[in-house]
Amino acid sequence: MSTLTRPHELSHLGVLEAEAVHIFREAVAEFERPVLLFSGGKDSIVMLHLASRAFAPAPIPFPVLHVDTGHNFPEVLTYRDLAVKRAGVRLLVAGVQQYIDEGRLHERADGTRNPLQTVPLLDAIRDNRFDVVFGGGRRDEEKARAKERVFSLRDEFGQWDPRRQRPELWSLYNGRHRPGEHVRVFPLSNWTELDVWQYIDQEPIILPSIYFAHRREVFRRGGMWLAPGAWGGPRDGEPVEIRSVRYRTVGDMSCTGAVDSTARTVPEVIAEIAASTLTERGASRADDRMSEAAMEDRKREGYF
Amino acid sequence: MTTLLEPALATGSLLRLATAGSVDDGKSTLVGRLLHDLRVVMPDQLAAVERVSRERGLAAPDLALLTDGLRAEREQGITIDVAYRYFATPKRRFILADTPGHVQYTRNMVTGASTAQLAVILVDARHGVVEQTRRHAAVAALLRVPQIVLLVNKMDLVGFDKNVYAEISADFERYLERLGVDDPVSIPISALRGDNVVEPSAAMDWYQGPTLLRHLEEVPPAPDPAEQRARFPVQYVIRVGEHDYRGYAGQLVSGVLRPGDDVVVLPSNRRSTIAGIDIAGRPVNEAFAPQSVTLRLADDLDVARGELIATAGSAPEPTRELTATVCHLAERTLRAGDRVLLRHTTRTVQAIVTELVHTLDVTTLETGAGPEALHVNDIARIRLRTAEPIAADDYAVNRHTGSFVLIDPSIGDTLTAGLIGGRP
Ligand SMILES: Nc1nc2c(ncn2[C@@H]2O[C@H](COP(=O)(O)OP(=O)(O)OP(=O)(O)O)[C@@H](O)[C@H]2O)c(=O)[nH]1
Repeated sequence: MSTLTRPHELSHLGVLEAEAVHIFREAVAEFERPVLLFSGGKDSIVMLHLASRAFAPAPIPFPVLHVDTGHNFPEVLTYRDLAVKRAGVRLLVAGVQQYIDEGRLHERADGTRNPLQTVPLLDAIRDNRFDVVFGGGRRDEEKARAKERVFSLRDEFGQWDPRRQRPELWSLYNGRHRPGEHVRVFPLSNWTELDVWQYIDQEPIILPSIYFAHRREVFRRGGMWLAPGAWGGPRDGEPVEIRSVRYRTVGDMSCTGAVDSTARTVPEVIAEIAASTLTERGASRADDRMSEAAMEDRKREGYF
Repeated sequence: MTTLLEPALATGSLLRLATAGSVDDGKSTLVGRLLHDLRVVMPDQLAAVERVSRERGLAAPDLALLTDGLRAEREQGITIDVAYRYFATPKRRFILADTPGHVQYTRNMVTGASTAQLAVILVDARHGVVEQTRRHAAVAALLRVPQIVLLVNKMDLVGFDKNVYAEISADFERYLERLGVDDPVSIPISALRGDNVVEPSAAMDWYQGPTLLRHLEEVPPAPDPAEQRARFPVQYVIRVGEHDYRGYAGQLVSGVLRPGDDVVVLPSNRRSTIAGIDIAGRPVNEAFAPQSVTLRLADDLDVARGELIATAGSAPEPTRELTATVCHLAERTLRAGDRVLLRHTTRTVQAIVTELVHTLDVTTLETGAGPEALHVNDIARIRLRTAEPIAADDYAVNRHTGSFVLIDPSIGDTLTAGLIGGRP
C-alpha cells in the first residue's frame, strides 16, 4: 500500500535510505579510520546493509567491531559470524569477559554487564586509532537521544559534552576533531523502530532467529521475561516456564527481556509492534530502568 | 477512525517540519498533544507523565512533560537545543524539529528551519502577534521554508472568539507579505484541549479549514525534481580494480539525471556525458533528488570529492567572491579579516571575511550599520573571498548549493551559517 502521488517522489524509506547512504559516504570521505559497531542486533544489521549499498560494487571500506559482554545469545553470535563473512568485512571483538578475567573490570552485584562495555569499547577505539565510529542509535529511542547530532563529537575519554556539540544545518556535517578524539556517526538518526522493521521487510535482510516467536524457557524478573543461562539466572523463587516469546532488541542476556509473541514473520512483527503497549526500551532493557537519567549518564561516560 | 496498524503498513512520503513559538505559547503542549493523539506515546510513557503530574499536584496530565528533555536543561542553564520527534499517519511520516523559542535562540530556529519543508509558528490568542512571532516568521522566510503555518493557540482562553482569530491572522499575513511570503495558512487551536490539532473543534464550528494534522498530510512534500536543475556534489570516488570501475558517489540534491545527459564538472569546467547511473551497484534508467547514487562518466576525467556535476547549459558560474546573508552561531565573534574554512556542499575551502556589510534586524526588517563584529544569533550581510572557486547557486533557487557553513580552522567549531546571494 502506497500513498505516493508523483512519479519523482521517494517513499519515506527511500528518503531515509538516501540520507543514511549520504552519511556513510561523508564519514568515509572525511575520516581516515572508520569502524562500525556491530552487535548482531537489527539496527546494526540494517547499518551493515546500508553500508554495502553505499559503496557497491566495491566492498565495505571498514571493519566492524563487536563489544562482546560474554553473555550474548548463542544464536546471535552464530549469526554475527555468518553476517560478517557474507559482507566480506573484518570482525574485531572486544571482550568484557577478558577484562573481568584479568581483573580490570568487576562483575556488578546485579550481574548486568551492559554498563561494563564502555571500557573495552574505548580501549579498542584507542588501540586501533579509529577516528569515526558508526553506531545504530536512533533519536526516537529515548528523550535524551532526541537532540543527538548525526556527527557526535567525543573527547579522548569517549565523553559527550553538550557544550561542544555543533549545530547541524542542511546536510553539512562537520567532523573536525583533535588528535585522540573521535566522532560517533549515527546513520539511522532519523529512523523509527517501525521504519527499521519496514525496511527489513522491503530489503533482502535476514535477522537472527531470536527476533521471531519461538518457544523458550524463561523466568520473570523486574517485570520482564529473562532467559536462564550461564550469566546467573534464575535465582531461588524465580520459577522457569516455557513460553512463546521473541526479542525486540538483542544484548546482554542478563538484562534483555523477551516479550510474549506469536509473530513468526516480519509483517507479523510489524503488526505486533504497531499494536504494542510498551516502548521498545521499556519492554526489553532492564538497564534503562535503573534511573530516569540512565541514558544521559552513560552517554557522558562514552557508552553507545 | 485511524487504526494503529495503518501507518505501520503504509509507505507514504516524508515531511520535515519545524516548530517555533515564544515561551508559554504552548509549543510543548502542542507537540505532546500530537504525539498523544497519534498514539506515538505508549501507555508506559503516559503512565510516567500521569505519575509526575500527580506528584506536582496537577489536576490533569501535563502533556508538555512528554517532550521535557529540554526543559530540564533550560533550568540547569546548559545548551538549549533542537530536539527531533517522529510521528506517522497512514499518509505520511513526519520529522519534527522542536526548537526552543527564546530571543537568543535564533540559531536553533535557523538549524531546525534549514531542513524543514514547513514551519509551524505558535502565538497565544490573548497576546496575538508579538515581536518573537515576527522574528520566527522572518527566520523561516529567510531560510526559504516552503510553507509557513500560524497556529493561534489557547483559543479556549478567548472564548473561541472568531474575531480574535481573524484579527491575529490578518496581522500575521500583513507581516508575511512584507517578507515576500504569500498565502500563509492559519489555524485556530487549543493545544491543551486538542481542538483542531488532530480532531476538528466542536467549539469553533465557524472555522471551515483543515485541522493542523490534515494540513500537514496534504501540503506538497517537496519541490518536484522534474522542475529543478540537476545538481550533484561528488562525495566519494568508488573504484574497483585499476580500470574496471570508477563511479562518482553522491546525493542528487536537485533535479533528474539520465544516462546520455551532457554534464559539466565544476569548478574545473570539464564536459562529459553520463555513461551510466548505479544505485547499490546496479544500473538504473534515471536518478532524481534526493536519491543517493553513483554516476559513471563517458570520459576519463578523474573527478574528485568537492566537485559539482551539473547539467550542461544550466550550470552555475564558479566564483571566488561571495555575498551572503549569515546567521552567526558561535560564542566566538566573527570580524572582517578573519580566516575561516568554508564548507559548501562536499567542498571545503579556505576563505577570508572581507566585509561585514550590515546587520539585519529580523523583527523590524531594518538594516543597521556595518558592525565591528558578529555575535551569536546576529543576522547580517557579509562578503567573503575564497582561496579556490566554488560552484554555488543563489540560496533562493537551491537550498543545497546555495548554503554553506563557516568553520573555525583552529578548533574546528561551526561558526556561521550562510545563505548565498539574495537581496543586498
Ligand atoms: N488554556 C490553555 N492553556 C494552554 C494551551 N496550550 C498550552 N497551555 C498552557 O500554557 C502553558 C505553557 O505551555 P507550554 O506547552 O509549556 O509552552 P511553551 O513554553 O511554549 O513550551 P516550551 O517553550 O517548549 O517549554 C502551560 O501551562 C500550558 O498548560 C491551550 O490551548 N489552552
